[in-house]
Amino acid sequence: MKNSSPLKWFGSREGLYYLALAFLLVVLLPLMLDPFRLNMVGKYLTYAFVAIGLVMCWGKAGILSLGQGVFFGLGGYCMAMFLKLEASTPEATAIQSTPGIPDFMDWNQLTELPWFWEPFHSFSFTLIAVIGVPVLLAFVIGFAMFTRRVGGVYFAIITQAIAAILTILIIGQQGYTGGVNGITDLQTLMGWDIRTDAAKTTLYFICVGMLFLCLFIARLVQNRKLGRILVAMNAQEMRVRFSGYDVAAFKIFVFCLAAAFAGVGGAMFTLIVGFMSPSFIGIVASIEMVIFCALGGRLSILGAVYGALLVNAAKSGFSESFPELWPFAMGALFIGVVLAFPNGLAGLYQTYVMPLEDKLFERGKGARAEATPAKPAAERKPKTEKTDDYDPMIDSYSPEKS
Amino acid sequence: MSAAKSKAKDFLLAVEGLTVSFDGFKAVDDLSFYLDPKEIRVIIGPNGAGKTTVLDLICGKTKATSGSIKFDGKELTKLKEHQIVHSGVGRKFQTPSVFEDLTVFENLEVSYPQGHSVMGALAFKRDRAVIEAVEEVAETIFLSDALNEPAASLSHGQKQWLEIGMLLIQKPDLLMLDEPVAGMSVTERKKTAELLKVITKDHTVLVIEHDMQFVGDIADRVTVMHQGKVLSEGSIEHVKSDPKVIEVYLGH
Repeated sequence: MKNSSPLKWFGSREGLYYLALAFLLVVLLPLMLDPFRLNMVGKYLTYAFVAIGLVMCWGKAGILSLGQGVFFGLGGYCMAMFLKLEASTPEATAIQSTPGIPDFMDWNQLTELPWFWEPFHSFSFTLIAVIGVPVLLAFVIGFAMFTRRVGGVYFAIITQAIAAILTILIIGQQGYTGGVNGITDLQTLMGWDIRTDAAKTTLYFICVGMLFLCLFIARLVQNRKLGRILVAMNAQEMRVRFSGYDVAAFKIFVFCLAAAFAGVGGAMFTLIVGFMSPSFIGIVASIEMVIFCALGGRLSILGAVYGALLVNAAKSGFSESFPELWPFAMGALFIGVVLAFPNGLAGLYQTYVMPLEDKLFERGKGARAEATPAKPAAERKPKTEKTDDYDPMIDSYSPEKS
Repeated sequence: MSAAKSKAKDFLLAVEGLTVSFDGFKAVDDLSFYLDPKEIRVIIGPNGAGKTTVLDLICGKTKATSGSIKFDGKELTKLKEHQIVHSGVGRKFQTPSVFEDLTVFENLEVSYPQGHSVMGALAFKRDRAVIEAVEEVAETIFLSDALNEPAASLSHGQKQWLEIGMLLIQKPDLLMLDEPVAGMSVTERKKTAELLKVITKDHTVLVIEHDMQFVGDIADRVTVMHQGKVLSEGSIEHVKSDPKVIEVYLGH
């Protein structure tokens, strides 16, 4: 009856929010910024993937993970392994004692490629692994925790421990992983030099495209009954269980979804920044990701994107001038958010800006309806929005309206 | 053994030798009782008698230490909570537990017995059948006019009804209600009694209640529990005149 065509959706308020973000990322920022700065924005955006996952997992379903860096890192390492192998041709590494293996392996007296590196010669395998490896780990963790009903603080602590463990493992096994330096000196992606300005700009746009893909997947999930179950589970887990739902399965699903998003973000990070190292996995990195999400608004997937952009921009700006003060500023920011506006920027927007928009919208719609009274369906649905609650296509439940 | 089995089959619910102990304290101790199909059974008893624990055991919230719960010939003690729900047992909690952030409609929709797997919930569509089922139940629980309101805005009594409605829409064979009229006003109580009468036409109902007037109104049979055991069982008159019951529960 209404809202069923994608074109009309872009005319709705929610559609306009997405268009505004798309305009900002696709048109405004590329026009305003030089390639170096644009590349920085691309880097910030890779964290937005994690933040979107955290909105689903923490904001909606109430599962706080302090280890999202793990999944971000795994996605990133998978991509880095592929790029590193491509950069380590026998010709390029002819001066090594074992040519054809990554340089750091040679430095660590390895004489052949470890078995788990082999499949990363294949790009299609790498693409699958970028999502598959984080999801697999998330599934194992989720299965072990959620079927035993481990939740809340305990779950958060365990995820944090996993972040610490993985960091230590990677640093310790430097012959296999590149150790504390990470996997560096990445050059080409299937023959395409990713270090040029042109390539970096292209990668930026690919990143934006992937981000919107993830946003739409997240939006789909939250608007389906699945999304309502997640929210319901957060508040009344027992009632959900006794309404016939296997709560653990839903938690595992959303945790895996967040891991998948984080993995994609990590892979984009490797491509955009040109290396991957354990410092993006650990506890501090993981907690920062939670801050991006909290500041943007933990109930809003769009808010999370803005949160990731703003906090990272502030971080760069701040640490360029006062590097030693940044951790304090960050801490203050987080405390401020939690105390003063727990729903983050999206919450503020909803409370203060949306009422203003309401007025504008009403007036605009009214004027247009008068001007072209007979104009069909496309514009003629200003008021029905609220009353027509049974239409399966509308998202009648959305606590944050975005 | 085979005789016991066939005996269990004729009942909708057969609880036999049910025991649960928390650190040595037996909250339910070798309890046995049987429910006929379409029966309304009320469990009464003093505080701490183990009434709520019995419901917890049947719906799987608490795991039994020993004993068996056969529902429609199926052993429930080994199943997970959601599997017990799917086999036809609905449970209402003592304090109303509804999804406050969701509307009344959505509360009922979530409980609609379809799309309960992860993928099912992703693919779930709000079709005619769902809308009709929700409207029908909303009518039964006096909430037709409140469908689009968030559950948080309902009164205490309305929340209790909504939770009963959430059970009804699951189409369970056995409904378990833990003090459905607690905290309700006199008019709400009357309406709830009406509601229960409608419900009991085609459900088996197991109710925990303290209000003896209310118990008398609805019960086919009454089970009196004391210290985790059955103290007395039978019609309300029988139970009321049982000296043991008067001693521990009703008072002289």
